[in-house]
Amino acid sequence: MTTDTTNSPRQIGSLSCLCPNASFSSSVFDDAQWNLLGEQQHQDKVNEDEFDQIEIEEGEGGDEIKPLELDHSGSSFKDPQLGVLSQSRVFFEQFPLECPREERIRQILSMGSMERHGNGNNHNNIHINGNGNGNVAALEIEKPRSKHRIRHSQHKSLQFDEDNLSHEDNPRLIYINDPRRTNDKYEFTGNEIRTSKYTIITFLPKNLFIQFHRVAYLYFLAIAALNQLPPLAVFGRTVSLFPLLFVLCVTAIKDGYEDWRRHRSDRKENNRETLVCQSGDFRMKIWKKIQAGEVVKIFANESIPCDMVLLGSSDPSGLAYIQTMNLDGESNLKTRYARQETALAVSDGGMISGLIRCEPPNRNIYEFTANMEFNEHRFPLSQSNIVLRGCQLKNTDWIIGVVVYAGQETKAMLNSAASPSKRSRLEGYMNRETLWLSIFLFIMCLVVAFGMGLWLLRHKDQLDTLPYYRKRYFTSGRDNLKRYKYYGLPMETFFSFLSSIIVFQIMIPISLYITMELVRLGQSYFMIEDNHMYDSSSDSRFQCRSLNINEDLGQIRYVFSDKTGTLTENKMEFQRASVYGKSYGSSLPMVDLLQEQNIVAASAGRRWKLKSEIAVDSELIELLHKDLTGDERIAAHEFFLTLAACNTVIPILTHGTSSSCIKSELQEDSGEAIDYQGESPDEQALVAAASAYGYTLFERTSGHIVIDVNGEKLRFDVLGLHEFDSVRKRMSVVIRFPTGAVKVLVKGADTSMFSILDNGTEMDDHIRNSTQSHLSGYSSQGLRTLVLAARDLTDEELEVWQCRYEDASTSLTDRVAKLRQTAALIECNLKLLGATGIEDKLQEGVPEAIESLRQAGIKVWVLTGDKQETAISIGLSCKLLTSDMHQIIINGNSEDECRSLLADAKSKYGVKSWRGRNSSLKWKEDGILALPLALIIDGNSLVYILEKDLESELFDLATSCRVVLCCRVAPLQKAGIVDLIKSRTDDMTLAIGDGANDVSMIQMADVGVGICGQEGRQAVMASDFAMGQFQFLKRLLLVHGHWNYQRVGYLILYNFYRNAVFVLMLFWYILCTAFSTTSALTDWSSVFYSVIYTSIPTIVVGILDKDLSHKTLLLYPKLYGSGYRHEAYNLRLFWIMMVDTLWQSLVLFYIPLYTYKDSSIDIWSMGSLWTIAVVVLVNIHLAMDVRRWEVFTHFAVWGSIIITYACMVVLDSIPVFPNYWTIYHLAKSPTYWLTILLITVVALLPRFLFKVVRQTFWPSDIQIARELEILRKHGNLESKKDQGSS
Amino acid sequence: MMSSNTASSSAVVAGSADPAAPRRNSKKPKYSRFTQQELPACKPILTPRWVISAFLLVSVVFIPIGVASLFASRDVVEIVDRYESDCIPPGINDKVNYIQTPGDKSCNRTIKVPKHMKKPVYVYYQLDNFYQNHRRYVKSRSDAQLRDNSSASDTSTCKPEDTVNGTGTLPIVPCGLIAWSLFNDTYSFSRNNLQLIVNKKDISWKSDREHKFGSDVYPKNFQANGTLIGGASLDPTKPLSEQEDLIVWMRTAALPTFRKLYGKIEVDLEQNDVISVTLQNNYNTYSFNGKKKLVLSTTSWLGGKNDFLGIAYLTVGGLCFFLALVFTLVYLVKPRRLGDPSYLSWNRNPGGR
Repeated sequence: MTTDTTNSPRQIGSLSCLCPNASFSSSVFDDAQWNLLGEQQHQDKVNEDEFDQIEIEEGEGGDEIKPLELDHSGSSFKDPQLGVLSQSRVFFEQFPLECPREERIRQILSMGSMERHGNGNNHNNIHINGNGNGNVAALEIEKPRSKHRIRHSQHKSLQFDEDNLSHEDNPRLIYINDPRRTNDKYEFTGNEIRTSKYTIITFLPKNLFIQFHRVAYLYFLAIAALNQLPPLAVFGRTVSLFPLLFVLCVTAIKDGYEDWRRHRSDRKENNRETLVCQSGDFRMKIWKKIQAGEVVKIFANESIPCDMVLLGSSDPSGLAYIQTMNLDGESNLKTRYARQETALAVSDGGMISGLIRCEPPNRNIYEFTANMEFNEHRFPLSQSNIVLRGCQLKNTDWIIGVVVYAGQETKAMLNSAASPSKRSRLEGYMNRETLWLSIFLFIMCLVVAFGMGLWLLRHKDQLDTLPYYRKRYFTSGRDNLKRYKYYGLPMETFFSFLSSIIVFQIMIPISLYITMELVRLGQSYFMIEDNHMYDSSSDSRFQCRSLNINEDLGQIRYVFSDKTGTLTENKMEFQRASVYGKSYGSSLPMVDLLQEQNIVAASAGRRWKLKSEIAVDSELIELLHKDLTGDERIAAHEFFLTLAACNTVIPILTHGTSSSCIKSELQEDSGEAIDYQGESPDEQALVAAASAYGYTLFERTSGHIVIDVNGEKLRFDVLGLHEFDSVRKRMSVVIRFPTGAVKVLVKGADTSMFSILDNGTEMDDHIRNSTQSHLSGYSSQGLRTLVLAARDLTDEELEVWQCRYEDASTSLTDRVAKLRQTAALIECNLKLLGATGIEDKLQEGVPEAIESLRQAGIKVWVLTGDKQETAISIGLSCKLLTSDMHQIIINGNSEDECRSLLADAKSKYGVKSWRGRNSSLKWKEDGILALPLALIIDGNSLVYILEKDLESELFDLATSCRVVLCCRVAPLQKAGIVDLIKSRTDDMTLAIGDGANDVSMIQMADVGVGICGQEGRQAVMASDFAMGQFQFLKRLLLVHGHWNYQRVGYLILYNFYRNAVFVLMLFWYILCTAFSTTSALTDWSSVFYSVIYTSIPTIVVGILDKDLSHKTLLLYPKLYGSGYRHEAYNLRLFWIMMVDTLWQSLVLFYIPLYTYKDSSIDIWSMGSLWTIAVVVLVNIHLAMDVRRWEVFTHFAVWGSIIITYACMVVLDSIPVFPNYWTIYHLAKSPTYWLTILLITVVALLPRFLFKVVRQTFWPSDIQIARELEILRKHGNLESKKDQGSS
Repeated sequence: MMSSNTASSSAVVAGSADPAAPRRNSKKPKYSRFTQQELPACKPILTPRWVISAFLLVSVVFIPIGVASLFASRDVVEIVDRYESDCIPPGINDKVNYIQTPGDKSCNRTIKVPKHMKKPVYVYYQLDNFYQNHRRYVKSRSDAQLRDNSSASDTSTCKPEDTVNGTGTLPIVPCGLIAWSLFNDTYSFSRNNLQLIVNKKDISWKSDREHKFGSDVYPKNFQANGTLIGGASLDPTKPLSEQEDLIVWMRTAALPTFRKLYGKIEVDLEQNDVISVTLQNNYNTYSFNGKKKLVLSTTSWLGGKNDFLGIAYLTVGGLCFFLALVFTLVYLVKPRRLGDPSYLSWNRNPGGR
C-alpha cells in the first residue's frame, strides 16, 4: 500500500479500470444467480419488474457505464407476464452492490420513477447513509410524516450526494506550513470558537427577539399595548407591563447566566496554548490564533485544538493513538496514521510543505476525504489520517499535524447542535383546552360589551347628568358641552370589549408556560439525581437532554427497542466456532482450564495475556497443534488467521503486572499483556479469541501486521483493506504472507457471504451445508454469527485489484462507492473456512424490566438488525416471548406473499380491525386477544408492507399481538415502524437505542431514549433522555414517568382553575358595576395574583408531590396504565374542574356580597377581602389535593397565604393608593374573618364531597395502592405481593 | 441546576473539556433524602374516620358561630326610612326639575323606635342604584391633590371636573366626579321636641383623615364650575382633613346599593320613642331613579343587621353534620376495606387485560 501508492496517481475515474470490473461483476452475478436458483428453489423467480426497470433507465440515462451484467440478466430472465414473486432481498444482498449499480439507482431515482423501485429501498438507504457526507445528515431526517417517508429521505440524501459532487469543484486547499497562503485565497475561520449565543451588545435585542417567538409573550405584549390606549387604561400603565417584564426578565437572566457560563468556557478554551510552528520553530500560541495551514505539535495527553491532518508522530511509522471520548463517547483508543511519506519527513526533522485538498467542512465525524500533494506525489487521506478537535492524544509522545479545519468549522463544533425539540402530548391537550378558555374569555367579554351597550342605550338620556358617568362638560369655558371620553355607542361597546379582555387576560394562563418550564426543570433535576438510574459501569447518570417532554414518559404505550447494546450489553464473547464444517465450543464451560492452559503453555511456550479470559475448546486446540497438513488443518489455520488479521483492532502492549490467574500458571512470563482496542466489540472478541487459540495479533501498522502464531512471529504485509460497510456486510483484507503468497481474507454476515463463495466440489457443498446448519443453530442460541472465507489471489487479479484500489482510495468523491466496487473484484469465489458464534449477553435486569413494562400495559417491540433466529432467541431469553405464545411469522418475499400471510394470520386468530375494536371496547380490552400472539416480521417483508397498502393490515395484526419482533430492519425502517404506530393511533411511542442506526427511530418517536453504550454517542445526541442501561427504563417510565405525568396533569388543571376562578370572580363583579370593567381589586393585587400570590405552591407541588412511592409503583406496574388512559388530565376532568370553578367563583362573589349587603363597605375593602379569599381558597384547594406534605410544601402553601397578607399590608401602607389602610380596618372586624372561613368551606365542600364519594364508592387503582402503601406499611405489602401482581 | 448540567455537557461535546482538570471520580449522584425524593412527609389519606371527623369538626365549629351571629344580628335594631318619593311635595311631576331648582326642600319625617336602641345609634344614608363603583367614577379623583397642597394642580385624572371652566389654570380642589357629586341631604333629629345631637366627628377612617386628606388642603373653586351642580359644597375655611362627610363619601362604595355613615346619636333611644326628622332633600337621585333611605342602626360585634352570615353558618354546619351522619351510615353498611388489593381493577375482573 505504501510503496505502490504513487504508481498511477492520475487515473481517477478512467474507464480502463471500470471495464474489467464490469465484466467481472457480470460473472459474479452469474454465480450468485446460480446460487439463488440452485439453493433456494422455492424462490426461483427474480423480480422481473425490477430488471425491466433498471434496464429501461439504463437505456435512457446510463451512458457512462456499460451495464454488462444487467443486459445479461435482463435478457435471460425477461418474462414480463410473470407475477411478481421475486426474492428481492436475496437479489439485493447476494449481488455485489458495487458502484455502477448505485449510480444507476441514483439516476433512476432522480429521474422520478421511484415508485416502482421501492423494493430496493432498504438497501439503498443503507448505502446512502454510509456514504460520504450524507451520513450524519441523512440520519437527521426531519420526521417525514407521509407514507413515502423513506423515499423522501432518500431524496434528501441524494441531494447530499449532489452537494458532495459540486464541492469537488472547489475543494479546500491547505498549504502545509504556509498559513498565509492558505488563508489568502479563502477566508477560513480562525480557531476561535464561540458557543455563546450573545455578546453584551446583541444580548438584549437578540434575547428579546428569541423570547418573543412564543405566542404567549406576544399575547402579553398585545394586552399590555392595549392597556396603553387612553380609553382602555384599565390598569395603571406600569402595572400592566409588570407581568411581561417580570417574565422577560426572569428568562433573560436565566439565558444570560447560561450564556455567561458559555462565554467563560469559551474564553478558557480559546486561551489555551499549544506549540505551533512559527518561522521554523515550534512556539507556544494561544488556540484562538491558530489558523488553517499551520503546523501544530501536540504532546501526549493534550487535547487537539483543531481538526488536523496527521503529518508525523513520535512513532517512526507515523502511528498515533487518540481518545475520542469527547466526540463520540467511545472510550477506546483509536489509531490514526500519518502517511508514511510525511512521517518519514517529520522524523528526519525536515519541515514539510505540500498541498492538501480536502472537502469543505462537514459534520460527519466518521468521514474525511482529502488528498495530499507532497514531494510531487499525490496520495489519499482518509478518516484514519485526521485527528479531530476535542480528542486527546494518548500513548504517543507527540504528533505533528497540519490544521485543516479550525474553530467553528471543526467537526466537533459543527456537531454540537442540539437535537430538535419535541412538544409534549399533554401540552398539546393543554392548548386545546386553552382554546376553550379563550372561547370562555370571548364570551365573557361579549357579555360585558353587550351589557355595556344595553346599559348605555337605556341610560342614553341620563348619561350627561349621571353623577357617576357625566358624559359632558358643563363649564362655561371652551370645553362646554364637550363630550368627555365618550366615543359613541358602538365604539364604547367595542372599547368595553377590549378593556374586558385586559381585565380578564389571565383567563389564558400565560404563567402556566413558565410554571411548567420550572416544574420540568425540577423534575429533571430529580430524575438526574436519582441514584437508581446511575450506571456505575459506565459512570453515567441519567441525562435529560430535552426539557419539554417529562410528562410524556408517563403515557407511553409502545416501546420500540433496539436489541444490540440496548437489551444486550454489546460486550461480545466468543462462544462457538464452526471450522471446516465442524462445530466446536459446545462443551466450552466444561473444559478444565488448567489442563488447557498447560497445553497452550507447553506448545506455545509463551502466551499473551489478555485482559479478559476466554475459555477455549480443547478439541480445537488439539487440531491447531497438528502439523499443517490436511484441508481441515489448513482451514483451521486460515480461520484463525482471518480472525486475527481481518479487522481493524489495535493491539496495545502494556507492560506491567496485570493481575491474572494465568500469570501464575505460566512459566517465564514477561508480564506483558495485550489490550485490544477496536471500534467494534465483535472484532475485539474475535481477535481475543484468536489469541486464546494461539494466534495473537501483536502489532498493527498501516503497512503490516504481526501475528504471533504459537510463539512464531509472522509478519504479513497488508496490501489493502476493505472496511466493513452495511451494504456489503463484510470486510476483507488482502495480505501477503511471509511466503509471498497473497490471500484475501473475508469475514461477513452469512447472507452476504454465501453468495460469493466458490462452489466447487461436493466436499465444499457438504461443508457449506453443515456450516449453515451450525449457523442456524448458533443463531437460535442467540449468538451473533459471522462467516469467514478466504482465497488466494493470482498475480493478475492482484494487479487489477491494486490498480483499482489505488484509484478508488485516492479519489475525493464517491470514495466509498468506488472502494466497494473494488472490493467486489476480490470478494468472490471464496473458500469457506467456517463460522463464528459470538454471544452478546443480555444486560442486567432486562427480562425483569420487560416483564414490568408489559405488565404496565406497554407494548414492547424489538426492532433489530439481527437474524430472525437470533432475534427470537433473544426474545425468549429476555422474556419478551414466552412459550405459550403463538408466533405469527411474516416472512414474505413479495407483496402478494406478505398480503396473504397477513390475511391468513388475521383470519386464523380472528383479529378485528383496530378501529372496530377501539370503538366497541374502548380501553377495557385494549386489543389484546385472549390468545397471546407474537408477531415476528423481517425487514424484507416490511419493505413490501410499509411501502404498499398493507400498512393497515400490519397495523391491525401488530396491535393485537402482545409482542412484535422485527428483525433485519434497516434504520429508516425502524423509523417507519414507529411512524406506523404514531400516525395511526394516539398512543405515545418511545424508542430506545444505542447506536447510530437508531437515530432515525429515536427522532421519530414521541420520546427518544438513548443508551450511553458501546456504540458511540450518536443515539444519545439525538435522544431526549439518555441513560446507562435498559433496565432503567422501567424506573424511568413506571416511577418518574408516572410521577411527572400525575404532577404535570394536575398542575395544568390547577392552573386553569386558579386563573379561571379569579377571572370569573372579577366577571361577576363587573356585572354589578354597570359593566364598566371596574375591578375591586387593586391593580397590584391583580398582577401579583398569578405571579406571586399563588405561583410558588403550584411549582413546589408540581415538582415534589408524589401520589405513590416508587416501591409501590414498581410493585404494581399496572398502575402505569393511568398515564396512557389519560386519567390525570382529560377533557372530562377539565369540564368537571370548570364546573367546580364556576361554583367556587360564585361562592367567592356572592358570600361577601350578601354579607356586606346594605353596609357601608367600600370598594377597596371588598377588593381586599376578595383578594385574600381567592388566594386562601386556591391554596386550600391545592392543599386538599396535595398527596405528600413535605416541609417545602408546607412552606409554599402556607407561605403563600402569609406572603399575600404581607403584600396586602405593604400595599395598604402606602398612602398614595386609595386603598390605604384598608387591611388594618378589615382585620379588626370579625365579619371579615368569618366571611373568609365561610367562603373557603362552602366553596370547597362540593369538591371534598365529590372526592370522598369517589374514593368510597369508586376508588381508583392509584387510590387503593395509596391506601395499601400508607395503611399497611411495607412488611404487610410483601405478603400481599402474590395477590397483587397476578 | 439543570441548566448548569446541560451547559457543561454541551461544553464537553464542543471539545472544550479541560484536560488538565482530572476527571471527576464518579458522577454518581450524591445520596441525600432530598435528591432521592425521600424526605419525611405526611401523606394524608381520606379514611372514614378522617372524613367523618372533618365533617363533624366543620359542624361543631360552624353551628355555634351561626347561632352567635344570628343572635348578634337579631340584637341589632335598625330603622329604615325611605323618603325620596315622599319628600317631593304632592303635585310635582318633574322631580328632577324640582330637585335642581334652588329653594327650601325641607321635609319632615317621623320615626318610631321599635326597640330599645343602645348608644351609639348610627345614622346612615342609603342610596340605591348609584354606581359609585363605575369605572369612570372610581377613577375620577386625585389622591395626590387631596393629600398635599402643593399638588393642587394635579388634576389630570379628574376630568370633566378638573379645572374651572376647563382653563387649566384654576384647579378644583377636591377635583373629580366623586367629590363633585358629594351627598348633600341633611338630617336633624328631635325627640319630644328635644334636639338629638348628631355627632359628625370621627365618622370617617382615622387613617384617611391623617394621611389621605391633607390638613393644609383647603377646598378651592369647588362647585364653582359650570351650570350643573353635583352636590354639596364645602366650607373653604376648613381643611379637607376635617371635612368628614367628604372623606366618607370619597371612600367609594363597593356595590350600587350602599350606606354611608352620616353621624352618630350618642344617646340611647327607648322603645316607642317617636323621633321627628327634619331633612333637606337636596340630592338628586331622581335622574337615575335612585332611592334614598335614612337608616338608624345600632351595631353588634358583627356589624349591622344581617342574618346572612348566621343562616349560612347554620346551614353549612347542619349540612356537614348531616353528611357526617350519612357517611357514618355508609361506612357501617357498606364498608370498603381500605387498601385491599382485591379492589384493584385488574384483580376485580381477572379476565380483562
